[in-house]
Amino acid sequence: MSVVVLVAVAAAGVLLGIAAGYWLPPNGRLAARNRPRPVRRILLPFTGQAISRRAFEAAVRLAKAENAIVMPAFLARVPMSLPLDSALPVQCASGMPLLEAIEQRLSSQGVPVDSRIGRGRSARDALRNLLAEEHFDRIIVSADEDPRAGLGYEDLKWLLERVPAEIMILRPAPEDTRRISTKAVGGHF
Amino acid sequence: MIGLLETHGRKETAQLAEGLSSVPRRRVGYREAVLEEMDLPEILRREPELCLIDELAHTNAPGVEHTKRYEDVEEVLAAGIDVLSTLNVQHLESLNDHITELSGIRVRETIPDAILGRADEVVLIDVTPETLLDRLRAGKVYPVERIDSALNNFFRIENLAALREVALRQVAEEVGAKRLTTELVGSREESLAADAPQAVGERLLALVEPYPGAQRLVRRAWRSAQRLGAELDLLWVRAPGQRLSDDEERSLVALRQLASVLGAKMVEEESDDLAAAVVDFASQRGSTYVLLGRSRPSRGIARLRVPLPQRLMQRLPGVDVRIVADRPLRQNGEKL
Repeated sequence: MSVVVLVAVAAAGVLLGIAAGYWLPPNGRLAARNRPRPVRRILLPFTGQAISRRAFEAAVRLAKAENAIVMPAFLARVPMSLPLDSALPVQCASGMPLLEAIEQRLSSQGVPVDSRIGRGRSARDALRNLLAEEHFDRIIVSADEDPRAGLGYEDLKWLLERVPAEIMILRPAPEDTRRISTKAVGGHF
Repeated sequence: MIGLLETHGRKETAQLAEGLSSVPRRRVGYREAVLEEMDLPEILRREPELCLIDELAHTNAPGVEHTKRYEDVEEVLAAGIDVLSTLNVQHLESLNDHITELSGIRVRETIPDAILGRADEVVLIDVTPETLLDRLRAGKVYPVERIDSALNNFFRIENLAALREVALRQVAEEVGAKRLTTELVGSREESLAADAPQAVGERLLALVEPYPGAQRLVRRAWRSAQRLGAELDLLWVRAPGQRLSDDEERSLVALRQLASVLGAKMVEEESDDLAAAVVDFASQRGSTYVLLGRSRPSRGIARLRVPLPQRLMQRLPGVDVRIVADRPLRQNGEKL
């Protein structure tokens, strides 16, 4: 009788172990779904081969303070002569390494990151299309961008007037020329 | 016999053609102008063994037999006459968008790629951009009055270098495809047919899932594809009936957008056997590399299964399997 009880207890123990193994993730960490999730989404759009270091740092500070996720977005401009859904290998040759560099830096500072691609006939159009698809709580842009290369003053005005999100425009700082560029990509990307 | 030669007023070219039998052009009235076009009926009447027909992408004047010159060539070929023709790489239909993006200039006259595919032999006339510019400046390409305009527009050195690269790749692909077809016809072995797609060139397959980290995998795969001059496919195998959260839906849209802008083909397949679905897809597409991210930790008895990379290596012999590492949390030696 006692043998039967022992066997039953052992079997129950094994079943309990399997069940625990199934429900608990390895290494005793909390499952991703149980961890506190970022609630705010900060968009960091860019167009050229570099972004302002000040805009990047502002995004990092806010993300840490607000438990937010930073969403760097490459705004690709599609020439009028091409369909809007065309592949853009030439622009991607500079846009993708920069996206990678930004992601690397955000990750290294412990900030969650989730990149996006916006596409349109101009930088503003690309941003408009991106904003039409997704909601962002905050958008950070730098006013010292070269208007010919990216978002100009008219675009910033449009952002403030039309976009239902908190817009943070960093004032021009001619003395601060620090940039994050494609050269900042670490590793063998 | 010369069916049509376009000398563009170059004396040297005209001299080379001296002494060869030639079909005079016919005159075609269009509105108030008189245009000169190739005389297709006369070529067919003379029945030469081999006929030179220049400028394959040319658009004919209204009122002749066909709209496009390549259609004339098809008729000549159908009559049993071999044709020697010429074509600029920017006139190939499939390359038109790519070349427009490279050069900023849309080329209007294009021909379907299948026409080039039917050629028995493709010969690339290759010169360096510098040589071509020298020829242009010496008036060997355009008349003097058009040289400045050409130098400031299409004939910029970066355009010429990009076009040269496109042309070299295109011809390499044509030669590769031709070699493959010849081998298949010669061997009659099904095993060779199974291996056939691999002989064409490198083709990368990246396995993705709708979560933010997948974009990094796609970018790495794209970069590798660029270096190899390879095509890139993305495959997401979803479990039957799998429902996505809002975050996953957004990640999926972002992945599709990324695939589209990079020119990668993204395919979604439903299966409860991930390895089998990947093996089927890779075999069909002739993938030579499979890239995947680090697997998520398994739970329960799933921990006892052979990991996916090993299963893929066993079932896809000859295909490289590459695991893209996670991004380290801290990086040393960062550059600014």
